Amino acid sequence: MIRFVPRERTPVWLTVAVSIGSGLAALVLTAIPLALTGAPVFTAFVLMAQGAAGDGFALAETLTRATPLIFTGLAAAVAFRAKLWNIGAEGQLYAGALATVALGAGLIEAPPYVLVPLVLIGAAAAGAALLLVPVLFKTRFGADEVVVTLLMNFIVLLFVQMMLEGPMKDEMALGWPQSAPVLDEATLPKLVTGLRLHWGLVLAVVAAVLLHVFISRTVWGFRIRAVGENARAARYAGLPVGKAMALVGVLSGGLAGLAGASEVAGLKGYLTADLSPGFGYAGIVVATLANLSPLGVIPAAIFVAGVFVGADSMSRAIGVSNYLADLVVAFALLSVLVGGLLTRFRIVFVRREPA
Amino acid sequence: MLEALDILLQANFWAATIRIATPLIFGVLGALLCERAGVLNLGIEGIFVAGAMSGWLAVYLGLPLWGGVVVAALTGALFGLVHGMLTVPLGLSQHVTGVGITLLATSASYFGYRVAFPNVATPPRIEPFPPLDVPFFGDLPFIGPILDQQTAFTVLAFVCVGGVALVLARTPLGLAIRAVGDNPEAVEAQGLSVVALRMGAVMAGSALMALGGAFLTLSAFNAFYFGMINGRGWVCIALTVFASWRPGKALIGALLFGALDAYQLRIQTIAGGVVPSQIFLMLPYVFSIAALVLVARRADYPRALMKPYFKGQR
Amino acid sequence: MDRRMHPDPRPLVLSLIGITKRFGPLTANDHIDLDVRAGEIVALLGENGAGKTTLMSILFGHYVADEGTVHIADADGELAPLPGGSAEAALAAGIGMVHQHFALAENLTGFENIVLGTRPLWSFGLGGREARAKIERLIAESGLAVDLDVKVARLSVGEQQRVEILKALYRDVRVLILDEPTAVLTPQEADGLFATVRKLSAKGLAVIFISHKLHEVLALCERVVVLRGGAKVADRPTAGGDRAMLAELMVGRAIPTRERPPSMPGAPVLSLTGISVGKPGERDRLEDADLEVRAGEIVGIAGVSGNGQGALAALVAGLAAPRAGQLHICGHPAVAADPRARLAADVGRIPEDRHRDGTIGALSVAENYVLETIGESENQSFGFIRRADIRARAVEAIRAYDVRCPGPGAAIRALSGGNMQKVVLARVLEREPKLVLAHQPTRGLDIGATTDVHRRLIAARGRGAAVLLISEDLDELFALSDRIAVVHAGHLSPAMDAENLDVKTVGLMMAGHSAGEAA
Repeated sequence: MIRFVPRERTPVWLTVAVSIGSGLAALVLTAIPLALTGAPVFTAFVLMAQGAAGDGFALAETLTRATPLIFTGLAAAVAFRAKLWNIGAEGQLYAGALATVALGAGLIEAPPYVLVPLVLIGAAAAGAALLLVPVLFKTRFGADEVVVTLLMNFIVLLFVQMMLEGPMKDEMALGWPQSAPVLDEATLPKLVTGLRLHWGLVLAVVAAVLLHVFISRTVWGFRIRAVGENARAARYAGLPVGKAMALVGVLSGGLAGLAGASEVAGLKGYLTADLSPGFGYAGIVVATLANLSPLGVIPAAIFVAGVFVGADSMSRAIGVSNYLADLVVAFALLSVLVGGLLTRFRIVFVRREPA
Repeated sequence: MLEALDILLQANFWAATIRIATPLIFGVLGALLCERAGVLNLGIEGIFVAGAMSGWLAVYLGLPLWGGVVVAALTGALFGLVHGMLTVPLGLSQHVTGVGITLLATSASYFGYRVAFPNVATPPRIEPFPPLDVPFFGDLPFIGPILDQQTAFTVLAFVCVGGVALVLARTPLGLAIRAVGDNPEAVEAQGLSVVALRMGAVMAGSALMALGGAFLTLSAFNAFYFGMINGRGWVCIALTVFASWRPGKALIGALLFGALDAYQLRIQTIAGGVVPSQIFLMLPYVFSIAALVLVARRADYPRALMKPYFKGQR
Repeated sequence: MDRRMHPDPRPLVLSLIGITKRFGPLTANDHIDLDVRAGEIVALLGENGAGKTTLMSILFGHYVADEGTVHIADADGELAPLPGGSAEAALAAGIGMVHQHFALAENLTGFENIVLGTRPLWSFGLGGREARAKIERLIAESGLAVDLDVKVARLSVGEQQRVEILKALYRDVRVLILDEPTAVLTPQEADGLFATVRKLSAKGLAVIFISHKLHEVLALCERVVVLRGGAKVADRPTAGGDRAMLAELMVGRAIPTRERPPSMPGAPVLSLTGISVGKPGERDRLEDADLEVRAGEIVGIAGVSGNGQGALAALVAGLAAPRAGQLHICGHPAVAADPRARLAADVGRIPEDRHRDGTIGALSVAENYVLETIGESENQSFGFIRRADIRARAVEAIRAYDVRCPGPGAAIRALSGGNMQKVVLARVLEREPKLVLAHQPTRGLDIGATTDVHRRLIAARGRGAAVLLISEDLDELFALSDRIAVVHAGHLSPAMDAENLDVKTVGLMMAGHSAGEAA
């Protein structure tokens, strides 16, 4: 018989080990369907690793892909810390992207040091505003935010399609539903010429550090943690539960909105309806892998990005569908959830006495 | 304006209503079975995909249509088993695990489909469930054309509504499921296994969800497309709250939703060109959110919903 | 100990031999032997934490014993070993248990709760007429009247307890365990329960009565088994015993009588005038209540759980706004449901449930200590937490309140209930509030921690605080209160001088009699 004995403290090394172990477990689990297809399993994983980090170019591509994942991972981490189940980062990302092209594609003309911050603030505000709706529904009407944020993803995507086919359509794009390009003054510069890596990565890392300091060192961070761990006791103690929730909504939605701005203004240059291949949902995986720690989000996002980039490259080389990457990510999420038990409990094997 | 009202008089509209509602009936029944036992199953969206894909593939590979239905149900139960294992004995977060199951079931289905059909331009087809030839009622005016467009799979959905309602209300098993979602200690104290009841309910509920997916590929359409579920699973979670966890109300909720969806499809063609089609496509989601917000305050959530139970921990 | 030496002619139905259960370093049960005979009412007496509940949980299959065996008589009266860890086996062997916290599904009716699990899961129907006839016969025999077709959520606590007992009887139990059954009853309801228990035992049912209330044990039981610190320290007939002796056995030392200086009440601090709280349909509500608590006095509120104490506590704590009437704190009107306003008005609040409302389990002792004051300048500057200052003051509070914990940085959920409550007391009392709301401040604490809480409440009164003590423990109310008011079904009696009040009067008022009738 197995018993779970709660731990009083969790050593840091264990948390890290569980995250890494879960990543490995995910790869092992993925090997099963991979083997069933008859593909050379070992070669496939070697190709994936090479594709993700085999050379400077691959690594840069992985970091480029990690950039939006850091933002959406932070969005999920801060929300889940407060037990606000925001599954709507995908929609908030698109809202941020829409705001980026609305502000940055010619509406305002200004030098970069004005326009870039303006675009970023606009995108964050759009994402935040979008999440405030379900937060309001939750605090005012008791409507479960999970379903509302999930359904809003579909609404936002339809809205984006409508805008791209209508008022925001780029007439120069030969009938493709895409927006006009953002101005050069609104573009996040590349970090290294010749690579796709851009300043969005720096912003994302700074955001992670700031969020870490905010949550662990400030009064409002304290309130958010308190509300997340026990909202009843927080209310009893006179903490502003509603405001803390709204703040979490602003932070989480804002960070997801920044993911959209970073993708449009840093990478793509314009908006299409297939901007995000599920960065919002993958952010949940990233945050869970990181054990909801803002600093942990950075390596977790790089891992998940590496899986996607590596799987793309592997898929091109040996013709196995790159949906394999989604499979790895899903397995990683479930593995880290199970692994998380090890950080919260000591597992004790009890011998049952013969009756 | 008259055209807008005229839609309601078309047999085609009502037939479409039932067709759209059918997968939702399965989905809401499945979700309410899980939630009545105290487990939120956000794997529903992925389980729909897996049911659609596996049921269709089984038929494509030569099984009879009902064989495909069984395969879909078993696939759903399998994902239910995983969700149940993680959330019931291990007590993990039902929210995050559910999202994980959705990711897993969706990517496994897409991956499996791509492995089976690496390079197809048009999705391969099967011969789906044929429309029913309803004796007597099929010959009635107005009602007849509505019934004659339905398939045996739709009949199964209605049978399931009655079945789930009967089991919950009138059998010791249903009593135990209702009790375990309210107070697992009551069930434990009467010598029943909380884990077995919850796992069983989640597996059965997940099987029903998968049938919702299978209906799309085996009856409503004849092929499997990526993105064909498109949030239907999430809609079911909202409708479950709307239905206050009652099978009868679940049927009504699903039919209402089906009517709205069928209506927006038809009004689109009338108002097409003036109002962008996306506005109409948003309506079902907006309706779901509105339904949820309206009933949320007085919703009678199962008391033990989302609360893991560990034996001997009181 | 040879069982054959017992002169008692009644057959043994249950025999526990050498039961031992350890949780980590703690030995909850240390080689406990216990025999119970048919028709016997045995008291299991002990403080919180003495091991009573653990022992019964082993008997009932919630835990597996590390050592020892349980034997129970089968249908022929032969003792047979009971497999551990299975509630199902315990039920099948004829053991029934009524828990302190009822194990009832509130969304089902009483009937449904009783038949739950008694028929094969894969069958149709709920037992119908046959089951109902049996339950009605049991009701007639035992006097446990209850409406079977109402959802349990709508039954009173006393009625819910009757459903619990019927559940056991319906399964033809031979051993019935009652875990602190009177905690939720008025003294008069408790008398009714005792009559039922005597009736049942006369028919041959063995009853194990778990309690820490000495007078109940003496009134009901023929034998008493005393547990202390996990070990059995006495097993003797109740005849010829007295309360002082049992108390000493239970606690292991003579209980000091509490000394408190006479009260010198000052100006009113809390005053309720015609206050109504909660919806008219709810059970836990207040209707047109008047109450005054003055500086330097303790006013106790007696009542059976759920008769309006919750509403009163929520009102004073700032969680609920009154529907009608006026609330004054220190002469200033206070109406809004805002805990922060109460804190600003110098109200210290000790919540009923320290796990749910009083502490945040995952946060540290220090963080819980400053939970209410985090926004104040002593704890923050420019929005950043002053961690070193908070830690230093937490260390000081841990010393002053004798909190046993690994340190200020330890998660508070790792602390025992008593130590957790000390952190809450430190948080509330260090600010020297003018009004202290103490809602069930000693529930679930052992005698040492209870004494400490009482001492601190009396000290707060001594320095001039007004104390509103809401408790379901009449002993506690009489020990601490200067005046006592009784709440029943939302109606609050005038506060009466505790000196001239007896338990019987309060008990009758808790059951709904007016002060005049009760006296």
